[in-house]
Amino acid sequence: MDKKIERQLSLPLKNAFQMSLRNFRIRFGRAIIVTMSILLGIAFFMSVMTSNSFTMALIEKGPENIKTILIENLEEIKVRQKWLVSLSLLVCTVGIINSMLMAVTERSREIGTMKCLGALDRFIMELFLLEAMIHGIGGSIVGSFLGVLIMTVVYIFQYKKIIISIFPVLQILKYIGISIILGTGLAIFGSIYPAIVSARMEPAEAIRREV
Amino acid sequence: MPREVIVRTINLKKTYMLGKIPLPVLKGIDLEILRGEYISIMGPSGSGKTTLFNMIGGLDKPTEGKVYIDEVDIAQLDAYELAWLRCRKIGYIFQTFNLIPVMTALENVMLPMIFAGMSTDDAREKAKQLLETVGLGDRLHHKPFELSGGQQQRVAIARALANDPAIILADEPTGNLDLRTGKEIINLLRQMNKEKQVSIITATHDLKMLDVSDRVIWIRDGMIERIEDRENLDIRVGHVEGEEAG
Repeated sequence: MDKKIERQLSLPLKNAFQMSLRNFRIRFGRAIIVTMSILLGIAFFMSVMTSNSFTMALIEKGPENIKTILIENLEEIKVRQKWLVSLSLLVCTVGIINSMLMAVTERSREIGTMKCLGALDRFIMELFLLEAMIHGIGGSIVGSFLGVLIMTVVYIFQYKKIIISIFPVLQILKYIGISIILGTGLAIFGSIYPAIVSARMEPAEAIRREV
Repeated sequence: MPREVIVRTINLKKTYMLGKIPLPVLKGIDLEILRGEYISIMGPSGSGKTTLFNMIGGLDKPTEGKVYIDEVDIAQLDAYELAWLRCRKIGYIFQTFNLIPVMTALENVMLPMIFAGMSTDDAREKAKQLLETVGLGDRLHHKPFELSGGQQQRVAIARALANDPAIILADEPTGNLDLRTGKEIINLLRQMNKEKQVSIITATHDLKMLDVSDRVIWIRDGMIERIEDRENLDIRVGHVEGEEAG
């Protein structure tokens, strides 16, 4: 029994989180690139959602003349939007995979060293996924607010003050929530493959690799 | 009383594949290393030193033959046990230091202890002590890039000692250091070897290393050319030192 306890290897979540956060802070330049791809994807998603919310609010509470124009184009716009949003999120995920793979290659020696010090494959994966989560949460929070802001400005230019009086607060908060979950989910999803690549590296080979 | 054998290799062979052409790097190495011994593996580059080093450290798998660490055949270990072995039994020192660049000296030394399940407070305490032992008590919170090569290698030595390993494997530990710093590092390794009774195995072509080694294993073309005891080395060392002085 004693032997079993002695044989434990561990990386407490708190330490792992600190390490990931530090990686994020110190490699800020690189981190920003990953975060940016989430930020932009989510900002686009959120701007579309905000625009939808405004449109629906205008149809419900807006003046008659605007209502008729909007209802006419509604269906066509919705189809096009779905296509655009999925495409942008796809591009954003590919961006994450790409930059995380670069991060793995860049840090291969570090990964090899950690393995020499007794890190299990699981620890390495954990570190990369936690880092992705930080990118995801940060990027999608900033991105979603950016999206709302931009669309609000655009609508205010077009429809003037009506927008402020019909501002669909609850609807938009709901979409912000969805964006954050979506953005974090995509960041983690996009990092699964790079994390597996990093975890499977053989220590001797990882250390030898020069980047 | 005979001393305990800590590393044993039996007919160790390693062949790399260069495309379809097999390239034998190790051609059957039989070795026994005792607890507390200071061993230098000497040989020209390309002789298979680093490959042998990686095999003993469980970093690479042999094509044929066996490696026993503390009488355990490491080919029989699963990934988890192998990681445990690397964490607790073996300390690694590299030519390029390989400290984690985003961590301070203290955190670098703490890392293997965290992996080993030690609490953060205990790990910090022990890391401080170790860094003081290697003469870096005033550099605890420096990042690797703020330290000189010699200092970085000292941090690496402290890190290698973190979990009180039975073996320290050092691959060209003085390869990136100037003559004087290299000597300091060699002396530090020797001192740790004496104080902590840890076996030190260095792969090197630094002749300064001969001075402190209990035994020197000369490797050429993937075979052991000869093994020399310290007593038989004295004359040669004198010669080498004379060369350096001149």
